[in-house]
Amino acid sequence: MLIRVNVNGEWREADVWPGASLLFALREDFGLRGSKNACEQGECGSCSVWLDGELVCACLVLAPQAHEREVRTVESLSGNGEERLHPVQEAFLEAGAVQCGFCTPGLVVAVADLLDHDPSPSEAAVREALSGNLCRCTGYQKIMDAVSLAAERKRGGDW
Amino acid sequence: MEVLIPRVLEEALTLKATHPEAVPIAGGTDLMVDLNFDRSRPELMIDVSRLSELNTWHREDGNLFLGAGLTYTRALRELPEMRALAQASRSVGSPQIRNRGTIGGNLGTASPAGDAVPVLVAHDGEVVLVAAGDRTRSVPWSEFFLGPKRNAMAPDELILGARWKVARGPQSFSKVGTRNAMVIAVANLCLVMDEDARTVRVALGSVGPTVLRAPEAEAFVAEGLARAGAWDDPSALVPSADLDGFAERVSAAATPIDDVRGTAGYRRHACRVLARRALLWALEERAAEALIA
Repeated sequence: MLIRVNVNGEWREADVWPGASLLFALREDFGLRGSKNACEQGECGSCSVWLDGELVCACLVLAPQAHEREVRTVESLSGNGEERLHPVQEAFLEAGAVQCGFCTPGLVVAVADLLDHDPSPSEAAVREALSGNLCRCTGYQKIMDAVSLAAERKRGGDW
Repeated sequence: MEVLIPRVLEEALTLKATHPEAVPIAGGTDLMVDLNFDRSRPELMIDVSRLSELNTWHREDGNLFLGAGLTYTRALRELPEMRALAQASRSVGSPQIRNRGTIGGNLGTASPAGDAVPVLVAHDGEVVLVAAGDRTRSVPWSEFFLGPKRNAMAPDELILGARWKVARGPQSFSKVGTRNAMVIAVANLCLVMDEDARTVRVALGSVGPTVLRAPEAEAFVAEGLARAGAWDDPSALVPSADLDGFAERVSAAATPIDDVRGTAGYRRHACRVLARRALLWALEERAAEALIA
């Protein structure tokens, strides 16, 4: 089935098996492997992307449901061919919020989404906003530190 | 396998009439798991996520109508005053899941653990079904849910939404699970106190083949409140034996099984605890409001 999706600002077409997930289409058809495939059941958040501006698990979107819609992936964050990381990615690096790195793209997307809606989240709000993203390495504390750092910079007008 | 993408409801209903076997998919939070794990592979699916007729809610004559496509994020954001609904919505999955999962999905899947279902049931609500040719019918909740993952939809029907009468009075939704997020209920409970009808309605989820009510407990507590004079005077003291008696009867109404999420005994206990707390919250809220008034 032919689908036409606006991926990171560019309209692209792919011929997908109709039962495929958006995650599969992103990784295998559009060559965007930043969104990770882990649980395939919406539990882990490693495949978090924006669908028409809303944070979703790409594994739970049927690829044809993204037809004629806009998808933004983690690759868009540092985008426009610039060799510069997104401030949330910078904050993850500086806070040491990355160990094996598998959950990182999903978490970075979820944190960027959170700070877009709420630049000064309380700790409880951060924990609730990230409740759909699992990390099995860090124990989350350094991720929390990274969110604080990114939020501080956002409030300071750095991005 | 094929996926049909109708743009308007009438088109979707015509497709459903022609292809009654087609499986509707909205947020995909249940169906995609089955597809990803190859547990099911429907020949035909209908994407209902683009139907604006379903992505809506409105009030009509003291009733609240929730379109089948309303997501939990929107229910939480746009209807905070519907407190049990907002609390139930917030307890669903994670932000990612709430952005996709819909009220209609809970109805269509008809899992006894669906978090929105006890809210519908405690409001004594109904499910509105629609078929081609503008044929709609309203099915009371008690006739809609037939068993675990079974409901009364005809093959040519889609779910238009859910409707219930807005109740005046305290209400709450509570849930027991292994963590606060991303959890399928071990037991959940919705309590609605209806000041006008002078009834307390309580619905229990995940503790029986369908979400169920506790009629004996409801009659017991309504009588207890009447005896204490609490319907007329919210600050009247309700004996703690009445709270215990209510909780006991709620627990006795549950018909749970042992499964991977919990034992039947634990679930009965959870019902007792949730029921007592929910009633106490409601009574405290009324008493506090009486003090301020």
